[in-house]
Amino acid sequence: MTKEKEEHREDPMQIDSNRVPTGSLLTDYLRIYYGKFFPYTDMFKWLAYGNDGKHPGCDSSYFGRREFSFTIKSDRDEIYLRFQSFFNASEMETSIKAKCPTKIDIGAVYTVDPAKRHAYAQSGFNPIERELVFDIDISDYDDVRYCCSGADTCLNCWPLMTIAIKVIDTALREDFGFSHILWVYSGRRGVHCWVCDSRARRLSKEQRSAIADYFHVYKGGENSLKKVTFSGPLHPFLARAYTDVLKNEFEKWVSTQKLFEHEERFHKILQLIPDESVVSELAEKWQGNSVRWEHLKHMLQSGSKKTQGLRRCIEEIVFSYTYPRLDIQVTKGMNHLLKAPFCVHPGTGRICIPIDPKKCEEFDPTSVPTVAQLIEELNANASIGADNYVEKTSLAASVHLFRTCFLEPLIKTCKDELENAYNTKIQQTKDSLNW
Amino acid sequence: MEIVRSQRRNGSDGSGSAASLPLYKSAPSLEFRLEEFGQYAIDRLRVLQAISDGLSRGKKPEEMENLVSEQWRANMKHQDADKTLRKDIISHFVLRLVYCREEEMRRWFLSMETALFRYRFRLQNAEAQKSIMNELQLQYNVLGNAEYETIKDKLTEAARSVNFTSNPETVFYKVPFEDVPELVASRRVFILKGFAFVPRNQVVSLVCTIFRSNISKALALTNRKWRAMIQDQEKDRIAPMVEALGNVYLGPDYSKPKDCAEISLKDINQLASTSFPLCMRHLFGKLREDHHLKHQGRMQLGLFLKGVGLKLEDALAFWRAEFSQKVGAERFDKEYAYSIRHNYGKEGKRTDYTPYSCQKIIMSTPSTGDHHGCPYRHFSEENLRAALNKMGVGGRAMDDIMDKVRNRHYQLACTLTFEATHGTSCETGINHPNQYFVESRKFFESKNKQSQPTA
Repeated sequence: MTKEKEEHREDPMQIDSNRVPTGSLLTDYLRIYYGKFFPYTDMFKWLAYGNDGKHPGCDSSYFGRREFSFTIKSDRDEIYLRFQSFFNASEMETSIKAKCPTKIDIGAVYTVDPAKRHAYAQSGFNPIERELVFDIDISDYDDVRYCCSGADTCLNCWPLMTIAIKVIDTALREDFGFSHILWVYSGRRGVHCWVCDSRARRLSKEQRSAIADYFHVYKGGENSLKKVTFSGPLHPFLARAYTDVLKNEFEKWVSTQKLFEHEERFHKILQLIPDESVVSELAEKWQGNSVRWEHLKHMLQSGSKKTQGLRRCIEEIVFSYTYPRLDIQVTKGMNHLLKAPFCVHPGTGRICIPIDPKKCEEFDPTSVPTVAQLIEELNANASIGADNYVEKTSLAASVHLFRTCFLEPLIKTCKDELENAYNTKIQQTKDSLNW
Repeated sequence: MEIVRSQRRNGSDGSGSAASLPLYKSAPSLEFRLEEFGQYAIDRLRVLQAISDGLSRGKKPEEMENLVSEQWRANMKHQDADKTLRKDIISHFVLRLVYCREEEMRRWFLSMETALFRYRFRLQNAEAQKSIMNELQLQYNVLGNAEYETIKDKLTEAARSVNFTSNPETVFYKVPFEDVPELVASRRVFILKGFAFVPRNQVVSLVCTIFRSNISKALALTNRKWRAMIQDQEKDRIAPMVEALGNVYLGPDYSKPKDCAEISLKDINQLASTSFPLCMRHLFGKLREDHHLKHQGRMQLGLFLKGVGLKLEDALAFWRAEFSQKVGAERFDKEYAYSIRHNYGKEGKRTDYTPYSCQKIIMSTPSTGDHHGCPYRHFSEENLRAALNKMGVGGRAMDDIMDKVRNRHYQLACTLTFEATHGTSCETGINHPNQYFVESRKFFESKNKQSQPTA
């Protein structure tokens, strides 16, 4: 086993290394991963939202009404199993270890145990709670990044994800008042966000839609030229995003992507300016000049041109390049299944670890632990006779982050809420008994 | 009589709305005749249908206000305000019975009744509006002075972004953001820590959300009661009328192609170039080119083809032929075939999905890599001209169309395109892609008949 692992050890600097385990090797690795590393208890505690205790206010059926789905790869086939459910952590652990799924998705909490849905009339089986979720993929920014494309990412373009986290996390906390927010690396080219406040879990489809639309600024498909249009002063949310994050990040982007040094790159920016005379004047002056961005800003801000649509042109350019591009449909649905944290990404071998939004600038996708790496570390620890060897691997930091920054505060809130709800109910019963 | 409000007012405000605007909280214990049952319902249905048409033609709020006012006056108003109120309430509850029975019907009824309420509310004077808000038990905090001071800059900023000048006199309501989803979605209000600060002039949205939510719950309840007892009890009296009323309007939804024969795969290229509206031509073309379409694109085109008469087996063959060139036949069968069968109602909860109307398509928002949505709305001018050129549109017609587009009359632009490419006028105006197709086939069929030698 050791020799195979030596050969397949991932070079942590490359993301799309062709040394990623596949086929039966992947299954072997997953078996070990699910056997030693996957944090079952923590995941259970999270998704039980406080209903795992002995408090009389707990709903012991709650966890069992959550849908999970498994993707299982066998030799030639890929099987997708929906409507998996588990009564408790132990059942979940047994099932995952037995089936060894290449991907685990988390769905909604339903009115009844998903496994028993056929026993109920169509109207009896409905999603009633679900986290508010967001999915951001760096491949949606292919038209503005020149270092990578598709599923690839590097340290030059990853900042787009950092920007997205900052803008959205701030808005979720400041504007919407949410506090239990989990950001997770999706394993290859993006990030997921789970908003877990009870208020968020109880949002209707319409309300989720409204929140998705609140964030929807970059619009338009392949055939529209201008995807961001501001007709007047910016809403406070947009103004804050611009001032606190986007403005400066765009300046950095100009330099890392060399936006004004290549004609086809700055041509794209010129296309966003709705005034032909400005465009041609700039194009002329820019033959071989490199302070173009300053020049452009100066020209648009000077106010000397009165063409309609120029007032917000700088902001429009900045937003077009840097503002978060969400997959709106993921947020709008109540029963959309989303990959669980701590899964192994089958394409890269990387673990889907949490990201601390307060330190998201420090996150480096190229150094996220891979399953091969973890197993290597495990063996190394075992051979020197260390105890608690899992905790001495690179995954420990991520589990620790999950617990301290997210799980513990969440559980405390849930327990408080359960307690209050229970006390209110008792009081109401008492009141109704009074004459 | 359980009418919620029975104020007597001389409703001579000329707006056509009844002096009191009922909230339909509970069914009235009125007595009325069976003939009134049907007639009142039909009159109200005329109003709702007119609203539906108005919305799908993209009428602006002021135009909708006028429309509602006229329609109400024409169909519902009585000289005696009490009689109007009576008819208002009876007709609403009768229609509830009619439209509670199917999900699509409930959705339509809910949307139209909410729209009707919205515009009638807007036509009320400030005092009447305040009165209604109290009835809805809105324990909404009017924003206090102290808190106002801490956020007034942001309130002003938000107001300016929607072209509204607030002044220190403007009243703000502090409500949970969940209660004003439309305002949040369009970023028309300032929100902080989960609360939205709604200025007086936006309060309509808030009131309508509550109204809508109440009616929605009521509809679900009515549906259960209908199924459980009323349908049976009334099978000789009201039930047949309810059935009949359910078939009256609603407009064709094109889910079951009737007149046009089923189309076959070998005709599809030809049909695409002569009879598909631009949105579907574009999706069809991109599918042929890229051998792939993203989900929303597959839905929009797939359901359209179903409405046009493409059978399930042919649809599967069609999509497989394209997708297998990109992802392979095996992956197609595994990942995509399921959702095509789903669209035809053969999987999952077996809903037979209806093709998207123009209104729905116009309101969708394509994103990176998408080709769905309405091209008149989302294409840049250059791309739109090129696409229309390929259809054979040019000169004067092109200018007219671009003019409509600039003024955001997307459906009118599509109608003009139809007229330009067929050389005939389209009286009804396009509000559904399948309608475009049906009209186009009708035109070509009659042209063929004319060119046949007579016996």
